[in-house]
Amino acid sequence: MSDTFLGMPAFPQAARVALHNTTLRANLRHATHTIRAKRAQAVAELSDWEQLRDAGRQIKDHTLRHLDRYLIQLEQAVTESGGTVHWAVDADDANRIVADLVKATGESEVVKVKSMATQEIGLNEALAAEGITAYETDLAELIVQLGDDRPSHILVPAIHRNRAEIRAIFTSEMAAWGRAAPDGLTDSPGDLAEAARLHLREKFLRARVAISGANFMVAETGTLVVVESEGNGRMCLTLPRTLISVVGVEKVVPTWRDLEVFLQTLPRLSTAERMNPYTSMWTGTVDGDGPQDFHLVLLDNGRTDVLADAVGRQALRCIRCSACLNVCPVYERAGGHAYGSVYPGPIGAILTPQLRGTTSAIDASLPFASSLCGACYEVCPVAIDIPEVLVHLRERVVDQSGAGHRTESIAMAAVSWALRHPSVLATAERLATTTRALHPRRPPGVRAWTAGRELPELPAQSFRDWWKENHR
Amino acid sequence: MRVALFVTCVNDALFPATGIATVTLLERLGVTVDFPAAQTCCGQPQFNSGYRRAAEGLVRHTARAFAAYEYVVTPSGSCAAMVREQYPRLGETSLPKRTYELTEFLVDVLHITDVGAYFPHTVTYHPSCHGLRTLGLGDRPRRLLHAVKGLELRELPGADECCGFGGTFAVKNADVSVAMGQDKVRSAVSTRADVLCAADNSCLTHLGGLIRRQQEPLRPLHIAEILSATEQHPYLPAELTR
Repeated sequence: MSDTFLGMPAFPQAARVALHNTTLRANLRHATHTIRAKRAQAVAELSDWEQLRDAGRQIKDHTLRHLDRYLIQLEQAVTESGGTVHWAVDADDANRIVADLVKATGESEVVKVKSMATQEIGLNEALAAEGITAYETDLAELIVQLGDDRPSHILVPAIHRNRAEIRAIFTSEMAAWGRAAPDGLTDSPGDLAEAARLHLREKFLRARVAISGANFMVAETGTLVVVESEGNGRMCLTLPRTLISVVGVEKVVPTWRDLEVFLQTLPRLSTAERMNPYTSMWTGTVDGDGPQDFHLVLLDNGRTDVLADAVGRQALRCIRCSACLNVCPVYERAGGHAYGSVYPGPIGAILTPQLRGTTSAIDASLPFASSLCGACYEVCPVAIDIPEVLVHLRERVVDQSGAGHRTESIAMAAVSWALRHPSVLATAERLATTTRALHPRRPPGVRAWTAGRELPELPAQSFRDWWKENHR
Repeated sequence: MRVALFVTCVNDALFPATGIATVTLLERLGVTVDFPAAQTCCGQPQFNSGYRRAAEGLVRHTARAFAAYEYVVTPSGSCAAMVREQYPRLGETSLPKRTYELTEFLVDVLHITDVGAYFPHTVTYHPSCHGLRTLGLGDRPRRLLHAVKGLELRELPGADECCGFGGTFAVKNADVSVAMGQDKVRSAVSTRADVLCAADNSCLTHLGGLIRRQQEPLRPLHIAEILSATEQHPYLPAELTR
C-alpha cells in the first residue's frame, strides 16, 4: 500500500485532532447526515433489497472462491479482444508497469479517472518520480490534488471541504496546474463546477494517455465497467489513444447477468440515485473508435492474503459504495484522515489492517476504531459483517502484541479468572461497596473515562448481596 | 413459570436497583424468579477486546450456571446479544435458544405489553445498538412504555445512532466516545423529557456520566425501573417528584 500515510499517529490521537476542528466536524456532520437520509429513501424504494443484498453477497463469495478460474478466463477474453493483461504482485510492481507503459508512449502527462486502486498504490507519486504528471479529473479528486491534500472518503474524497474552502483552493491553485479559475469566482456549486469543467476540458482534449480503475470486470467477455456521476470518466475512457486500467483482482464478476444486481445496489447505496448518470463499458480495443492501445494491470497487493483468512475475506466483497462511511458515527466525528489510509471508515478499519498488516501504530489501532454499533453491517449491500471482522482483527492485534499491551493482558486474565469464581467476585464487590465513601471521585488510572464523564456511583450493596438477604 | 435472572455483571455491581426492579416486575406478573449465584459475566468485554480465550472460559462458565433453566431473562440487550449472536461462534449453542432480553421476554413469551405500571413523567427512549440491530427488539420497548399509566413518551431525534459507549471503546477512543455521547445527550435534552430511558445500563453508565458532568436536567433510567413502578409502589427519586 501507499506509504503516503506511514508514520501516522494511532487512530485515537488523530481523531482527537479532528474532533477539535469545528469546521471539519460541521462539514462532515452535514454531508453524512444528508446522504444518509437520501440513501435510506433510495433503498426503501426497492421491494427486493434483502434479496439483492443476498444475491450480491453470493455472487462475490462464489467469485472469490473460484478467483483463479475467473481471472484466467478474464485474461483470455481481454487478450482476445485486443487488450494486454499485466499481473502486479504489489504496489511497486504495479507502479513500475504503469510508468513503463506511459514512458513507452513518449508522453509525460496522463489524465485519470477516479480510482481507489491507484490511490492505494500511490501511483501519482510514483509517476511524478518518473517525470510524469497525473491529472485527476474527478471533481473531488481535483479539489484534493489542487489542495495538496489527502482523500478523506472513498466516494467523496473532498467531503471534509465546504464550498468556501473549495473556492479558495480553485482561486489560488488552478493556475499552477493549467487554466486558472475565472475572475470573481463565487462559491455557488454551479460556478465551482463550471470552473472545474473549463480547467479540465483542455486536459481531456490534450491527453494521449488515460489511467483508470474499474468497478467491475466481466470474466466471460473481458469487459471493464466504470460507474460514475460526472462524465469525466467517459472523457478519459474514450478520448486518449492509450488506456491503462489498474484493477484489484477482487473486482471480477463471472457474467453480465451478475452486473444486474450491482448496477442496482451501487448507485442507490453510494449516491442515493436510482441509476448513476454514466456507466462506461469497454471490451479490449475497436479499430478507429476509442483507445487503440488498452492495458489491464491486475493488482494483488495483499488481496490473496486477505482471501486466505476465512473470517477476514468477506472484506473483499466490498464494491466501494461508501454507505458504511456515511452511517458510521465514528467516521462522522473523526473524519477520514484519522484512518491513515485511502480506505477510511468501517470498511477501511477492516481492509487496511488486512492489506498492510498490523505492525504500525495506526494499522494496529484501526480494528479498535469502532463502538461495534453495527450500523455499517446493516447498510452494506454485500452484507459484510464488519463488526465480526473488527473483533477478529482485534484478536490478531492482541495475539501479536508485546510489551505495549502487557498490562492490559494481565488485567484481562486476572478479571476473567475472578469472573469464573463467583465467591471472589462477591468479595471484591463487597470490598468496593463497603469502602465506597473513601473512593476518590476521579481516581488515577481511569482518566480516559473521567476526562469527559463522571464515574458511576457505587451502590451500598451489590445485587448479589441484596438477593441473599431478601430471597433466601 | 420459572425463570433464571441473568442480572449481568454491570447491574450486579453498579445498578442493583435494575436487578431488583426486574425481580419485582416479573414476580408481579406471576413469574417465579431464581438467581443462580454462580453467574458472573457473559464474557462480552473479553470477546470484543480480542481476548477470545478468556471469553471462551466465561462462555462455558455462564452456560453451566444456567444449564438447568428453560428461560433465562436478562435486563440487558447487549449481554443478550452476546449470548444470542456470539455464543454459537464460541461453541455454545443451547443457552442462546433459552436466553431472552427482558422486553423480548415480556412481549414475546408472556405476551404482555401493559405490565400495569405507573410512572407519571415524560420519558425519551434510546434504543441501544445491540438491542436494536443485533436482537431486533424493534418497537417492543416503546410499546411497553406506551402502555405505562401516566407516562408521556417523547421521540428521541436520531434515536438509532450509537451513544458512543462501545465497551472498551469508551476508554480506548475516549474522545470520539465522549463526542458521540454529548450529541446523544444533546438530542435527549432537546426533547425536554425528565427521563432518558434505555434497556441497557452500559449505555446509561456512559450517558449518565456525561449528564452528571454537564449537569443536565435529565435522569438516566433503565426500562425495568419504569416498568416495575406502580401506583401502590411508585418510583420516587427526589428530583422527579416536584
